[in-house]
Amino acid sequence: MSGNGRDGQDGKDRRDRQGVRDMRDGRIVIVGASLAGLRAAEALRDEGFSGSLTLVGEEPHPPYDRPPLSKQVLLGRVRAQDCGLPARRETDAQWMLGVRATGLDPAGKRVLLGNGDQLPYDRLLIATGTRARPWPDSGEAALDGVFTLRTSDDAGRLAERLESGPRRVLVIGAGFTGSEIASACRERGLEVTVAERGRAPLIGALGATAGAFAATLQRAHGVDLRCEVTVTALRGSGGRLTGAEFSDGSRIDADVAVVALGAVRNTEWLADSGLAAGPRGVACDAGCRAFDMYGIVTDDIFVAGDVARFPHPLFEYQMLALEHWGNAVAQAEVAAHNMVSPATLRRPHLAVPAFWSSQFGLNIKSVGVPTFSDQVVIAQGSPEERRLVAVYGYRGRVTAAVSVNMAKWLDYYRHLIETAAPFPPGPGAADGVAGSEPVPSDVPDPHVLSHGPTVALTGHLPDRRLTLLRPDS
Amino acid sequence: MRIAVDLNRCQGYAQCVFLAPGVFELHGDEALMYTPAPPADQRERVLRAAAACPVQAIVTGEPVGSEGPYVR
Repeated sequence: MSGNGRDGQDGKDRRDRQGVRDMRDGRIVIVGASLAGLRAAEALRDEGFSGSLTLVGEEPHPPYDRPPLSKQVLLGRVRAQDCGLPARRETDAQWMLGVRATGLDPAGKRVLLGNGDQLPYDRLLIATGTRARPWPDSGEAALDGVFTLRTSDDAGRLAERLESGPRRVLVIGAGFTGSEIASACRERGLEVTVAERGRAPLIGALGATAGAFAATLQRAHGVDLRCEVTVTALRGSGGRLTGAEFSDGSRIDADVAVVALGAVRNTEWLADSGLAAGPRGVACDAGCRAFDMYGIVTDDIFVAGDVARFPHPLFEYQMLALEHWGNAVAQAEVAAHNMVSPATLRRPHLAVPAFWSSQFGLNIKSVGVPTFSDQVVIAQGSPEERRLVAVYGYRGRVTAAVSVNMAKWLDYYRHLIETAAPFPPGPGAADGVAGSEPVPSDVPDPHVLSHGPTVALTGHLPDRRLTLLRPDS
Repeated sequence: MRIAVDLNRCQGYAQCVFLAPGVFELHGDEALMYTPAPPADQRERVLRAAAACPVQAIVTGEPVGSEGPYVR
């Protein structure tokens, strides 16, 4: 390879151009027709892909935006069916909606569909995302008044029931979704009980220090918050929910229960595919290429969005699975680029994880991975002011920051994360809270939470040095 | 017309709230709340709001599916 003269370089350039042309043609199938699938389809056309493009979606609806479902929709301000995503461009795609993928034959390069059809592909993108974790007792789950919140249809049904003025709503699980549901209920003037197996709301994603703040916030807004309890039974009469029993022996009357126990990754259809797919997602490399069950990377199957597990250099190459809106968009764009690019032109997915939540009148935003931490310090503001930035560190470097009503500062902390800046952050990052000392971030074992953590840190730690990242924009 | 806002980017500058108050509003001090399917008579205002956003967080477009073809 080395030592080629000018002719050799010209020859390589010619081959690269031919390779690019070949990759821009053929058949691409995207399984999963939500945010990641849609943005990947658009990015493929942006990248010059001119072959056939097919999207398969289990739900009958065109892609819609989920964040408003637990906010505007539950507040009754927006109808669930009005949350369709805007198209960024035409995709000239065939959409197979209301069709479930049931299997994958990687050797024969075919997706098997629930309607008996088989879809041949040259390259495949898996973007099947997650679904709501159901209540474990199917009889109790079937009671009228028991809901989950994941899909547009879920949100429409729950909003309609909240509109009818239930006497008490029980929210099971105090992760972000459960907390946003409780917030919407209180804003509508409804009585709410929140049951959480962990010590506080949000601690699975943000640790116990932030969790204590969230608990205070919920109680100040009139939520009947019960932590370190589990719901042992949902009670019904005549097929309708009437109440619930808790592990501490107490019981409540409730006519609505929302099961907010986190998400289950949609990987069952891949069970016989030979891919590294399971309950934690589909493992892929930083270029979104799926691994097979032997840990060998494929070159024609790509993964993006909530269902993907990928190594992130900033977090010691641990396999991250992120249920974040921004990750779905960014990873879909990288996957699309790599699906139509020869090896030398491929890009890694290196975006710093980020998410937001609005609840109880506050805007909560996060960059980095707060669970990848051993300490946390309040760098700006204070809980009393209800505006603050909490900065998380791991072994002496900044790994995450969470803002409450101080979003304008987050870009600054994102830069500290990307440059592996020392923790605690020095003066200049601080905002008149001299004397604030780092405390343990107290990230709990995810097994004791009743909701899944939003950021899942899985896998072991390869002995690799931190890579210094530069934002590409 | 449909709207999606990348609220990772949004920093609460609220230019959109001034330009299209029927579509965008602040919920509390900083959280942006918006109408994903604004009425047709708000179209020009929404486009101005999207253009004015200092962090370009607002995506507008026609609803996906208006182009077809769909297979059920």
